[in-house]
Amino acid sequence: MAMVQPRNLKYRVWAARLFMILFICIIMFPFLMIISVSFRSGNFATGSLIPDNPSLEHWAMAFGIPWENADGSITQPTFPVLIWLWNSIKISVLTSGFILLLSTTGAYAFARLKFRFKQSMLTSMMILQMFPAVLALVAFHTIFDKLGNFIPWLGLNTHGALIVAYLGGVTMNIWLIKGYFESIDNALEESAAIDGATPWQAFRHILLPLSVPILAVVFILAFIGVIGEYPVASVLLQDMDKLTLAVGSKQFLNPQNYLWGDFAAAAVLTGLPITLIFLLAQRYLVSGLTSGGVKG
Amino acid sequence: MKKPGAAGAVLSGKGLKWALVALIDLALLYVVTLMYAQGEIAFALVILLLGGIGTWVFTSEKAYNFRYVYPSLLGVILFVVFPLIYTVNVAFTNYSSSNLLTFERVKQIHLAKRYQSGDDKYTLALYQSGENYQLQLTDKDDNTRAFVTEGFAKSKEKLRINASQDIQPAGDKLAMRNVIKMRTSLKKLTVVLPDNRELVMTSLREFGAMAPLFTEGEEGSLINNQTGSVAKPDFETGYYLDENGKTMTPGFTIYIGWDNFTKVLTDPGIQGPFLKIFTWTLIFAALTVVFTLVVGLLLACLVQWEPLKESGIYRVLLILPYAVPAFISILIFRGLFNQNFGEINMVLEALFGISPEWFTNEYLAKSMILMVNTWLGYPYMMILCMGLLKAIPEDLYEASAIDGAGPIQNLMNITLPMIIKPLTPLLIASFAFNFNNFVLINLLTGGLPNMIGATTPAGATDILVSYTFRIAFGQYGQDYGLASAIAALIFLVVGAIAWANLKATRSVQEQ
Repeated sequence: MAMVQPRNLKYRVWAARLFMILFICIIMFPFLMIISVSFRSGNFATGSLIPDNPSLEHWAMAFGIPWENADGSITQPTFPVLIWLWNSIKISVLTSGFILLLSTTGAYAFARLKFRFKQSMLTSMMILQMFPAVLALVAFHTIFDKLGNFIPWLGLNTHGALIVAYLGGVTMNIWLIKGYFESIDNALEESAAIDGATPWQAFRHILLPLSVPILAVVFILAFIGVIGEYPVASVLLQDMDKLTLAVGSKQFLNPQNYLWGDFAAAAVLTGLPITLIFLLAQRYLVSGLTSGGVKG
Repeated sequence: MKKPGAAGAVLSGKGLKWALVALIDLALLYVVTLMYAQGEIAFALVILLLGGIGTWVFTSEKAYNFRYVYPSLLGVILFVVFPLIYTVNVAFTNYSSSNLLTFERVKQIHLAKRYQSGDDKYTLALYQSGENYQLQLTDKDDNTRAFVTEGFAKSKEKLRINASQDIQPAGDKLAMRNVIKMRTSLKKLTVVLPDNRELVMTSLREFGAMAPLFTEGEEGSLINNQTGSVAKPDFETGYYLDENGKTMTPGFTIYIGWDNFTKVLTDPGIQGPFLKIFTWTLIFAALTVVFTLVVGLLLACLVQWEPLKESGIYRVLLILPYAVPAFISILIFRGLFNQNFGEINMVLEALFGISPEWFTNEYLAKSMILMVNTWLGYPYMMILCMGLLKAIPEDLYEASAIDGAGPIQNLMNITLPMIIKPLTPLLIASFAFNFNNFVLINLLTGGLPNMIGATTPAGATDILVSYTFRIAFGQYGQDYGLASAIAALIFLVVGAIAWANLKATRSVQEQ
């Protein structure tokens, strides 16, 4: 607590509090609205924040359950939301796993081993990560189109292609893990080396067990990054049941087929788990995020 | 991609390592051969080179330390560097939906074209036995010559079947109306006679002989067997030209030098929109950084302010826009801002009696984008500022309080000067991110409303990347070459930003 206090402190605190509450109301408006919309009946229904006659029809659609309307007609789910969610989770988990493997070994080399071009490799990787994949979408489309002629599971419209395409995004993760490795004293590894351990053994049995926290952070960061990735996925995936959530969700708000209510339920259903993961891990993620990467 | 997964075995066990390396190399060699055979020389070379280096790294003792970096470098090279180079390469070609294939493939397509030579005509008779059908084709000039095909089933797929004079048709001969029912299947048939002539259906009662339309002449030219004229490939435009100089589709991909770049810089239908979009991209990115910084810094100061006891709750709620995946929040805003049934216009209508046209008015659309992006981006700035504010020594504020300074003076004379230097590289990174903020534009407005007088799809809210995307993957003609040329121009801008960022980071680290 500061020693010198202005006299009108009390009023200032109340002004600040009022401003905060107003601001948070504005910030929360979209979220509250979307939850409200997901319980309204019909796709064009308007009304107050608390729905007048709440209905679960949009939630049924989101879970892929046919809904019986009041007049007895049955509405079939328009989009396979749960399949999209599963695709997203599958792709994100696999990609994050591969990214973790690649970046951990890479970070170990950059933090502990000596080899030629080390510094220039690091610098060029830092510059290259400024070029997002969205700039080379034509190339991604063409490359995987052609690769598909030779290796079918790497062609357009396959999840394999998408996972492989994401593997270029290791730089920030290498940077994070490298920083963590460097903060660990290497006396342990040196004594292991004196006892005859190979660099691989020192890495596998000494450094890795000490680094579990940062590995978890990198995994979650990669997971959140991949699950929200839109540009590359939108170019590589085409079939309705192959889409990820990020690509599929857009289909709800097509001007010709505007499904605002169904979108709301799907958005809450799929956005909630991701948001919760982020908020729970927030304390640990923030340091990683602020060290240079901007979430996309 | 198998290498990193197998890293454990490769790095320790000897025999297993050799087996794995050999296996991967064999697989790669197989793919390289296939690619080379199909004329994908660039791909084959890249894989051969990277595979070769990989084999050396994982077998030579000298390269031991590289074993740890190689897999991640491979990822970066294959999926960051290679696509960038490939994009620049495409920028110098006419690669587009109308000129999609290589010259060789286009020639093959033309050579595979058939026409009815009209010499031989055969009357058809269709026999059915259960699900099995057979055709009897009788020569019109010589009634004793009749060929019968092997059995075939009703299908919608293209089918080649053999016919000979030795087979006898089984089952019943079908009446004309049943033949008509079968005509979609019959149209897909190619009947091959014993002397390798091919027959297809020419009318309801007839099959006729087909012959290749073109024979290959000198220097890739095509001789038309029907008219005798010669079609020559034109390597200036990427099309075959027939004897009248008319282009024959499909076209093939060729290098056209700087044409795409000159088009961007001089063609009035592209240059005008391009410059407008470029300006808007800069304004958009700069304003976003300014707005998010102002809001984020203000909130960070408030949250860190000690007299505000309950700031912990505020902090979690304020981070929320950052925690929700961007694609969901952007789409939520797209719905909320909807002109006809959006909740925002309903509130405005109720309060002020106005309902702005967020998606059709250029300036309203732009302000909507900036509002949404500030909403999305301020938590990041807030988190950054909170970290930096903690590092400012408390006694500076004590001293200023003794001198009677107010909050504004504190901000201008202590806070800003103390955080601006470490913040600079992060602000540059944020500028770069928003310069290429494709997701926001594509999901929120899709670039609309469209500009008038543009020859390519260009919108008032398009930024450079979304413009490129619409040229490359839009609904009307996909011009990959032009899109890549614009992407290559963006590379220059991004390169400059990256360089500035590196400088700023270095100067912070030297402190």
